[in-house]
Amino acid sequence: MSGGVEIPVRVVDVEQATETVKRFRLAPLSGEALPPFSAGAHVVVTMDDHGRRIRNPYSLIDRAEDGSSYRIGVLRVPNSRGGSKFMHENVKAGDRLVITMPVNLFPIVRTGRKHLLVAGGIGVTPIYAMANELKRRSAPYEIHYAMRNEASGAFIDELRAAHGDKLKLYRDDMQEFVSVSEILPNQPLGTHLYVCGPEGMIEAILKGGREAGWPEENLHCERFLAPTGGEPFSVVLQRAGITAEVRSDQSLLEAIEEAGVDAPFLCRGGACGQCETTVVSCDGELDHKDHYLTEEEHASGKKIMICVSRLKGRELVLDL
Amino acid sequence: MLVSDIKSRPVYKGLTVDDAARRHLVAAEGEGALAVLEAFGDAPEAWSRMTLLYTPGGSAPANHAEALQARAPDAFHLHPTRQTLMTRLRALLDTATMGTRLYATGVEGFIGQVVAAGIEHGVDHFSIRTEHRGSLARRVQCVHCKGFMDDVTVSPVTCAHCGVPLLVRDHYSRRLAAFQGVSIDAECPGDVPAAEEIFK
Repeated sequence: MSGGVEIPVRVVDVEQATETVKRFRLAPLSGEALPPFSAGAHVVVTMDDHGRRIRNPYSLIDRAEDGSSYRIGVLRVPNSRGGSKFMHENVKAGDRLVITMPVNLFPIVRTGRKHLLVAGGIGVTPIYAMANELKRRSAPYEIHYAMRNEASGAFIDELRAAHGDKLKLYRDDMQEFVSVSEILPNQPLGTHLYVCGPEGMIEAILKGGREAGWPEENLHCERFLAPTGGEPFSVVLQRAGITAEVRSDQSLLEAIEEAGVDAPFLCRGGACGQCETTVVSCDGELDHKDHYLTEEEHASGKKIMICVSRLKGRELVLDL
Repeated sequence: MLVSDIKSRPVYKGLTVDDAARRHLVAAEGEGALAVLEAFGDAPEAWSRMTLLYTPGGSAPANHAEALQARAPDAFHLHPTRQTLMTRLRALLDTATMGTRLYATGVEGFIGQVVAAGIEHGVDHFSIRTEHRGSLARRVQCVHCKGFMDDVTVSPVTCAHCGVPLLVRDHYSRRLAAFQGVSIDAECPGDVPAAEEIFK
């Protein structure tokens, strides 16, 4: 399996945390302990929607101490292509799902002397795990958690109970916003900043950090992109000798998998680089959406991240 | 092999000024003064945000200290030795805040000690800007007695602490800021080749 070892799990508990966020507790079918993970890790959940296979990455919230379960948090996205909608509408306690082994693209830098955790909305899930790990290690940290309003803050109570005044809340409806000019000055040398949330928030925080003279090495973010649909096109897998159609509601990677080809992937969100694929030729324009390739690589037209990017045109020939 | 492209060998990319830095914390040794003068040039704005630590080492007769002071850095600390400079640098790093950019220039052993001090204070070594100036002399740690020697120009070299003749390997420790010296005559005691001056 290209995405690594898979773990069949059963949903043992579903909790409606807010109007739009559900938390799922997943226990392994085998009964063996789930592997420990480092804070910031995610798993890819495979869902079976009446024969249509959907795979989405979700950050891990926590692991039961005896390894009997993991928790993930899922935001219902209005323009979902199916993943979060399926999780919210169809998945009930007792159902089976398949997850991958945890992968961490957003780890805590252990040499750091202090850690600023900045979360927006559902971006709080990896931050929640990181805060708990930092607390366990007695490392200095702060949590800055922004949300639309108190009702939409899915983790406020648990975070407040665990972290007390290390937690600072920002509510959009109270005109409160995380301001870099307030949180960045006077942080000790060796401080690292981690941000996960909406794209605009991530950009603003990272830009503020650079302008405050923070080195790139101290600024960390995670953004999973949901593959967006688009115009349909054909994909030719040259080595496999297969031609497939990519439907408008399907990602390139999903179409390749549907055609029976086991293409490499890890995060399925344009972040990790695992699915980098060589473009042999294309009749049309590559529509790059990932955060992995450099601008030059995007412009070269020779590489594509098949999990989120597509073609605007007729036919794409890949070295697969 | 004494010279190889091993991964542990640090790469000194040259001093470039980070204009976004709120404070430039610059540690310079000997001829490194010239790298500071060239990199920061005539921009008074950058000098006004600089804390500069300098030890002339073997460059004392050239009097680079005067040239540095003439650019009016915000704070200037002239030190008689590397050791006294490192003591002050550690004290400054203890209380420094983010937005401080660390720079190191001079001989390799000096740069290495500054980088190691930065790492101890949680600074990622990739974010420390470095430029090698002056001799290629190495700081060497004897792997047997763990003693350090500065400014080693020959190999083999006799350990100044335990007396073992050491081959200076091209094996660098960033944490220790030193190349590793290993016994050259372990298998045939007394069979020590003539020392060659390799690191000038």
